[in-house]
Amino acid sequence: MYENILVETHGRVGLVRLNRPKQLNALNTATLSELAAAISELEQDPQIGAMVITGNARAFAAGADIAEFQQTTLAELMKGLRADQYEVLRKVRKPLIAAVSGFAYGGGCELAMICDLIVASDTAKFAQPEINLGIIPGGGGTQRLTRQVGKYLAMEMVLGGRVLSAWEALRHGLVNKVVPVELFLEEALDLAQTIAGRAPLATRLAKDAVNRAQDLSLENGLGLERSNFLIAFGSEDKAEGTTAFVEKRRPEWKGR
Amino acid sequence: MSVLLSELQEGILTLTMNRPEAINAFTTEMLRELSKAFGKEAAQPEVRVVVLRGAGRGFCSGQDLREFEGKTLSYKSHLRNYQAAVENIVNLEKPVIAAIHGAAAGAGMSLALACDLRIAAADAVFATGFSKIGLIPDAGMNYHLPRIVGHAKAFELEALSRRIKAEEALAMGLVNQVVSAESFDSAVAQLAAELAQGPTKTFGLIKRALRRSASATLEEMLEYEALLQEVAGRTEDHKEGVQAFYEKRPPRYGGK
Repeated sequence: MYENILVETHGRVGLVRLNRPKQLNALNTATLSELAAAISELEQDPQIGAMVITGNARAFAAGADIAEFQQTTLAELMKGLRADQYEVLRKVRKPLIAAVSGFAYGGGCELAMICDLIVASDTAKFAQPEINLGIIPGGGGTQRLTRQVGKYLAMEMVLGGRVLSAWEALRHGLVNKVVPVELFLEEALDLAQTIAGRAPLATRLAKDAVNRAQDLSLENGLGLERSNFLIAFGSEDKAEGTTAFVEKRRPEWKGR
Repeated sequence: MSVLLSELQEGILTLTMNRPEAINAFTTEMLRELSKAFGKEAAQPEVRVVVLRGAGRGFCSGQDLREFEGKTLSYKSHLRNYQAAVENIVNLEKPVIAAIHGAAAGAGMSLALACDLRIAAADAVFATGFSKIGLIPDAGMNYHLPRIVGHAKAFELEALSRRIKAEEALAMGLVNQVVSAESFDSAVAQLAAELAQGPTKTFGLIKRALRRSASATLEEMLEYEALLQEVAGRTEDHKEGVQAFYEKRPPRYGGK
């Protein structure tokens, strides 16, 4: 059983709630490990088509656990446990959705950016304030933030500690949508439910192709898309999807 | 004696700026008290409406220039005190009434404009003031004034800073209501009581919607409105309102 998170299933959606409210869901190593383990388990569950990660209305996750960081030596950190957990989350094949309200600072902002979609409450706040502790973002913050909002705003956040409100985050393309705080989890679950109802194989191939677009040249990216497209084209679900469309009925996906 | 008096009675939090010897001119201390009152005290669930008013002869004569005498001043850093007060008024999801008698000048006028409703006594006089000493209006006046009276009128008031009496203020929509000096207290109490018995959560959502509307497209607003309505539709007060309608009786709102 987990101590720092709660895991629920809602239909075809797996929900993981960070559950250290007193610490504003600070991501200590134990929490990150539990999160990675829970997501991996949902990844293997054939009943689950998408996952949502959330905190509570007040805090998605207010960064790493600073008290733990203070006690952590360089040698311990170099064992790579934290980095490994982030890698587990990055390599998830099913769609991951972040439902963010309140603080998404430091590791919280990075965790949100690992996800494929971000639904933000109108009280969400995003920041990478690690510089105040004499360190820098270590969970992908400098790389993902820069790809998302551009160099200059990323610099302002990473060097200057600038905090983005939910609406600013929307304007800069850091979140998909902003919804009332009262509904942020519901809206994220709704979105996840919709996505979880799509053809599973195509969903994975699509996620893979979009993610790889960040790294590849257009030439190579188009090549990868072509391969993924051909794989999808050879699936039973392609036959079912196109037939259902022609017959004007809902498709029943097999995941093959 | 405190520079900001506060009294809570039957859901009505009355905040009285209390430096009558200077027509309640703002000092750093008063601004901090105001921020705190709107940020913490007013946020308590038993508060259903806030009334902001002045003690003695007028509402507020703006920044106390004597505070700066003989000091080198950075306006930029001093204005942070105003930013906090204005943001806390605007972000408070409850109705805030400015009850104005006598002078509302300079930043005193700015704060009145940040409130949701303005009720004025017949002896109320407005003046933007700032340009008379070679300054631009601050404390949010450049945001709120053109949204209330339009660009041309806002420029006129800000640049020429003539004295606007209550009746003229009413004609241009700067105040919601003008009442005689004798009936001022009772009219304020009546308006506050009416709002205090209203659906407070809903009033807060209206405030949030109007705030968003200042920077949204119609399509964005329609979408956001639908979500806020979903929230309003789940309030106890909505159920009570509908019930009362069917039972042909006045609703009894609990504010939730």
